[in-house]
Amino acid sequence: MMDALKIENLRKTYDSGFEALKGIDLTVRQGDFFALLGPNGAGKSTTLGIVCSLVNKTSGKVFVFGHDIDRDLSGAKMNLGVVPQEMNFNQFEKVIDIVVTQAGYYGIPAKRARVSAEHYLKELGLWDKRNEPARMLSGGMKRRLMIARALVHEPKLLILDEPTAGVDIELRRSMWTFLQEMNRRGTTIILTTHYLEEAEALCRNIAIIDHGSILQNTSTRDLLKQLSVETFLLDLAEPVDAAPQFPDFETRLVNDSQLELDVRRGQDLNSAFGHLDDKGIRVVSMRTKANRLEELFIRMVQENSQAGGKA
Amino acid sequence: MSPDAKLTAFSTIVVREVRRFTRIWPQTLLPPAVTMTLYFVIFGNLIGSRIGQMDGQDYMAFIVPGLIMMSVITSSYANVVSSFFSMKFQRSIEELLVSPVPNYIILAGYVAGGMARGLGVGLIVTILSLGFTNLTLHHPGATILTVALTSMLFSLGGFINAMLATKFDDISIVPTFVLTPLTYLGGVFYSIQLLPDFWRAISMANPILYMVNAFRYGILGISDVNVGVSLSMIVLFIVILIVLCLRMLARGRGIRH
Repeated sequence: MMDALKIENLRKTYDSGFEALKGIDLTVRQGDFFALLGPNGAGKSTTLGIVCSLVNKTSGKVFVFGHDIDRDLSGAKMNLGVVPQEMNFNQFEKVIDIVVTQAGYYGIPAKRARVSAEHYLKELGLWDKRNEPARMLSGGMKRRLMIARALVHEPKLLILDEPTAGVDIELRRSMWTFLQEMNRRGTTIILTTHYLEEAEALCRNIAIIDHGSILQNTSTRDLLKQLSVETFLLDLAEPVDAAPQFPDFETRLVNDSQLELDVRRGQDLNSAFGHLDDKGIRVVSMRTKANRLEELFIRMVQENSQAGGKA
Repeated sequence: MSPDAKLTAFSTIVVREVRRFTRIWPQTLLPPAVTMTLYFVIFGNLIGSRIGQMDGQDYMAFIVPGLIMMSVITSSYANVVSSFFSMKFQRSIEELLVSPVPNYIILAGYVAGGMARGLGVGLIVTILSLGFTNLTLHHPGATILTVALTSMLFSLGGFINAMLATKFDDISIVPTFVLTPLTYLGGVFYSIQLLPDFWRAISMANPILYMVNAFRYGILGISDVNVGVSLSMIVLFIVILIVLCLRMLARGRGIRH
């Protein structure tokens, strides 16, 4: 399998002098479902903006399915579909016109474009709205419209910049299902998101970027293995006065009926429950304090910040 | 992109542009029709009847070519500047930037859209003028060539304005403070032969004077300036503006970070 995206020593310094990218390297394999994570201002959108030709790079190389954007930009763009973070369509145009016009920009004749537009608008539940001006759509529908527009020319690589930001849970889940199906059919997907649960649920590989440098670029499974401590919240059947103390585990009282329990890698929960049982403490429910990836992400970004963002 | 694909992309841009200005026809096609009718009534009929003849023509017949040209210039310019700047403002320009459409096709599409509106408005005004005077084309080739090249030139001008503009005020400055004075002083309402030597010399530096006169020559067969020189100057300006536009697009001026 070839590389869907290959980035080599990519740098970007804006006119203001701000160095957004400090020479990043990144490879996304064909067929992958890949997440690019990072805090605000880390360089995610700049990286994707360069790949999509919305931002001029300062130096470095970018290849999309082997097409060098410096030598064969047209070839690279033919393989790319882009769903941006912000709404970027003409609010006064009809839904169907927006999608068909986008196909025209890729050289697809109107007749074929209409067939493709119908297919994706139906898949994304927008066919009934096809003759409405885009401004009449709800926020979630506008996001789906941008996905339909990005797919109308059947790209091999789909880039989504925070596709589910501000979308309700039900719609987010349906978009996950749709994207997983697209990926199963062979479309390589790269997304940025602030919902780390989303990255953990969808993506096989993850890169974490901060201060213009890649901190981690590995599989989701290997990344989660780096999580040394996981914190659980336990809801207690009866209130307690103080956090129970027992060997090897650290506990803290959140309130008199809720306990925080740290479990290190290699420890098992049964042992912790055994200690609690010995002390006559009954647990009625439990959940992780934060998403596992979120804990890891926060730790890495904090460590990088403490190191002066020099990673 | 294959040549067929480029042609499809070009026609897509043109169709979208035509659809845009026809959808909002009360803002784009109706106002010049109303304004020019008022010009014909007030300057042509009411005042013109007292002026008598200009360069051997009835005053109404004399001003009609200039007024047609004025509407073509302002409509061509306005179409491209407002459409392209709106796309920048709404960020829908990104639809084009992420696509494989070459820059020269983007430029050609917008210019063709500007010409479609400019020439469409010119045709509407011409038809209206027939209610006030008899128009016979003295030189059809020169007439069509001049109006088409002028429309192209001002579409290119509108494109540059839109690329440079950062706010809506910026797209009204040039039409208000540059185009309108140059058009009014470009011999639409008078022959520069009426001016004192000094002001006649100043007028000769106004590029719109050459366009109005070349167009007037095509319709009436009279001109204050050499028609060959006029057409050559228009072509020269077109070439310069095309080079400028393509350089700005390649650098992503105002559209890429």
